[in-house]
Amino acid sequence: MSDLHHKTISQLLRDLDNKAFSSVELTAHYLDRIERLDPAINSYITVLREPALARAAAMDVARQKGTHPPLAGIPIAHKDIICTQGVRTSAGSRMLDNFIAPYNATLVEQLNDAGVVTLGKTNMDEFAMGSSNENSYYGPVNNPWRADRVPGGSSGGSAASLAAGLCTAATGTDTGGSIRQPAAFCGITGLKPTYGRVSRWGVIAYASSLDQAGPMAQTAEDAAHLLQAMAGFDHRDSTSINQPVPDYLAQINGSIKGLKIGICTEYFDAGLDDDIRTAVMAAAKTLESMGAILSEVSLPNTQHAIPAYYVIAPAECSSNLSRYDGVRFGYRCADPESIEDLYKRSRSEGFGREVKSRIMVGTFALSAGRIFTPSPSTSRVSQPSRYRQVKARVYPSAYNLSVAISMKAVCSKWPITSSKHRTGTLNVPTTANNQEIHHARLGNRHRSGDPYPAQDQIENIFGCQHRLRCGAQYASLRH
Amino acid sequence: MYEKAVAFGLAIGATINLTSVFDRKNYFYPDSPKGYQITQLETPIVVGGSVDIILKDGSVKTIQVTRAHLEEDAGKSMHEDYHGKTGIDLNRAGTPLLEIVSEPDMRSAEEAVAYARYIHQLVTYLGVSDGDMSQGSLRCDANVSIRPMGTEAMGTRTETKNVNSFRFLERAINHEVERQIAVLESGGRIRQETRLYDSDKDETRPMRSKETATDYRYFPEPDLLPIHITQDYIETVRQQMPELPEAKIQRFVRDYDLNEADAEVLASTVALADYFETVARVGGDAKLAANWVRVELLGQMNRDSLTPSAESLSAISLSANALGMLLARIKDGTISGKIAKTVFAALWHGEATDPDTYIATQGLTQVSNSNELIPIVDSVIENNPQQAAQYREGKTKLIGFFVGQVMRQTAGKANPQQVSDLVQQRLLD
Repeated sequence: MSDLHHKTISQLLRDLDNKAFSSVELTAHYLDRIERLDPAINSYITVLREPALARAAAMDVARQKGTHPPLAGIPIAHKDIICTQGVRTSAGSRMLDNFIAPYNATLVEQLNDAGVVTLGKTNMDEFAMGSSNENSYYGPVNNPWRADRVPGGSSGGSAASLAAGLCTAATGTDTGGSIRQPAAFCGITGLKPTYGRVSRWGVIAYASSLDQAGPMAQTAEDAAHLLQAMAGFDHRDSTSINQPVPDYLAQINGSIKGLKIGICTEYFDAGLDDDIRTAVMAAAKTLESMGAILSEVSLPNTQHAIPAYYVIAPAECSSNLSRYDGVRFGYRCADPESIEDLYKRSRSEGFGREVKSRIMVGTFALSAGRIFTPSPSTSRVSQPSRYRQVKARVYPSAYNLSVAISMKAVCSKWPITSSKHRTGTLNVPTTANNQEIHHARLGNRHRSGDPYPAQDQIENIFGCQHRLRCGAQYASLRH
Repeated sequence: MYEKAVAFGLAIGATINLTSVFDRKNYFYPDSPKGYQITQLETPIVVGGSVDIILKDGSVKTIQVTRAHLEEDAGKSMHEDYHGKTGIDLNRAGTPLLEIVSEPDMRSAEEAVAYARYIHQLVTYLGVSDGDMSQGSLRCDANVSIRPMGTEAMGTRTETKNVNSFRFLERAINHEVERQIAVLESGGRIRQETRLYDSDKDETRPMRSKETATDYRYFPEPDLLPIHITQDYIETVRQQMPELPEAKIQRFVRDYDLNEADAEVLASTVALADYFETVARVGGDAKLAANWVRVELLGQMNRDSLTPSAESLSAISLSANALGMLLARIKDGTISGKIAKTVFAALWHGEATDPDTYIATQGLTQVSNSNELIPIVDSVIENNPQQAAQYREGKTKLIGFFVGQVMRQTAGKANPQQVSDLVQQRLLD
């Protein structure tokens, strides 16, 4: 029983079916590990021992009756930015330290329907702003692989808890790399699904047009298990897209023969470390040897992606975080003298340094006459169109490319991040990888998040299954 | 949600934007729980259009509509009842509303009220709003500016918010006009500001200045996708639109042979128009129905401080069907108009629901049998020989006296026309 945490979800499901152990035993195993090991890692903000054990017992009963859902009794963790009913949902912030979510996020409901056991809520950069998990009100997360390395962020708690064997899988959210980068840093598998694939309802917003929740797991197959439950249309999120959800697991072991994998030359330009370049190219060659077709492509506007990200994300966050004003919920300063004083001090005291800095950047960017807007003398009517122009200028060729080759550019990235520890390049230099991932993500987001794609394009865009299959096949060869 | 906006746009002959985008307007205020309001800045769903209002002197004036856009409502600040503090009712926060902006085409409070009434009627007809102003279902913000006679340039305007009745709208505008005249005549200047109308004191007072332009940091709403509408969709909405006030009035004049004034009153709300049409159909006489609905029903409702809204018309005891049946009994001679008013009162007060049952149980059926009436007529003549003599000498006005006497003796159940005929006949015999 001592090695249960090395088993993948697929293996655990078989063992649970064969009554090798119960979900209660499995859950207790994880809870004990968390109690013993997490003080050194700090990957959990909240551990739900009693509720988890009760839930596991209920799933054991369901399994005995044979009426159990697909992931019955599998213990997972949720990033603490995802609302869980009756449980503190802090977003890693003092602002929400006292916030008990009154409802479950759609994805939590979906995973509950699939039978998972929730072990707890994982640590994260405050409001998902950060790439090192050092911006948490609950203290930094340590990388289980090497104490002197950050686990990445913002979903650093989910990634670290997986790497340390403190959950079977976890949810994360990704706005500018917050699933993929910590997955790479911690040597686990993370997928940012296509924007719109997973409902954002109940996921505390950072930058609405970029945020997307996704699975973090030990393997591509496990990630597919989670995504299968999380994906789907939600009428409560108007940006979620009403497209059939493919069977990710059915395709997971399919051949990648003939799959076109774009390799974007700009990603390999300045700022990339040699060992990363070598590892990525080696991975690409491996995929090629398995039948994939490598295709070099160019995304000439790649250089604008990061500046655009650092305008769009703070701009949206400055607005999204306005609701934390001390009036209705969350942190409220002591003895406010006026409504103005209440706003100012609640926000000054409730938010951490990085969050305040991004709010200020975003507020500045949105101010009249600044980046999003023409000078005040010009008609105010042109403000939003100007905003769109900024995006359009940055992304047109990415758009064209993604329609043409869709997921393939991302495909080459994903399995590499999933296999970092196996290829011995676990601790990647932060900035290079981070930027590279940003590029990939921004292109990806744009083609899917854009409200105008035609139906047939969406079909190509929603390529999560190809990415997962690619990852699974790559990993199978590396073993 | 936007189907109603499209219907409104079509009703005023506006352009419907096939693509319209939501924007965020950012500001901190306690009634704004998210710290921003979702609205449409650059591309409202409805652009242009106009409405024709009829003024008291009967003249018609066209008011241009600038735009109508969808946005979310804010919470409601409540300054009373909290002992000097402010309460916030967030129940309506986030619910969709259509903001209709007009051009500065109105020249008086009267015109503004006529315009507001027109919009009120239109949006209730279209089902965009229930129009209950006391509940804030329709609210007006009145922008007022003045300028010296004969000059072109508009003066600085103020915006008066939270006016929740047409009467208050008229008073608030008139008050504001007078205030602005007083300010300018005493050498002052008008400050661009938002003012609040206080109906208790009948005055407007400043709420916040608009002179330092607030930067709302607008940007496209990332949580909502743009609305894309097809021409086909617009045609579908057009086909499903209900009959609008003017068409209904014309139809009433044409089909029921009503005069324009009656038709306008009866078509003032969809509910009243439907009520009238049911009464007319069941009663079998449109003019009689128009008269009874207008005079008796609306008179009674007015006495009970009820407006002919869908809500109150469905709440009253007197159903359109029952009123129609009552009128049918007048028409077939079962009861007199006078008795019908008694039955009407009983139905109104809920003492009866079925007019026929009530007429039967109360014995109100009209005495129209001559054999029953002749002895009564004869005895009245016999007991009033002096009046009978005067009548025969040509003082025919006295016919009313005799009819009255007979009616009294029959407790109003006799047919007055028949009594009149019989009195004449017996007097001259």
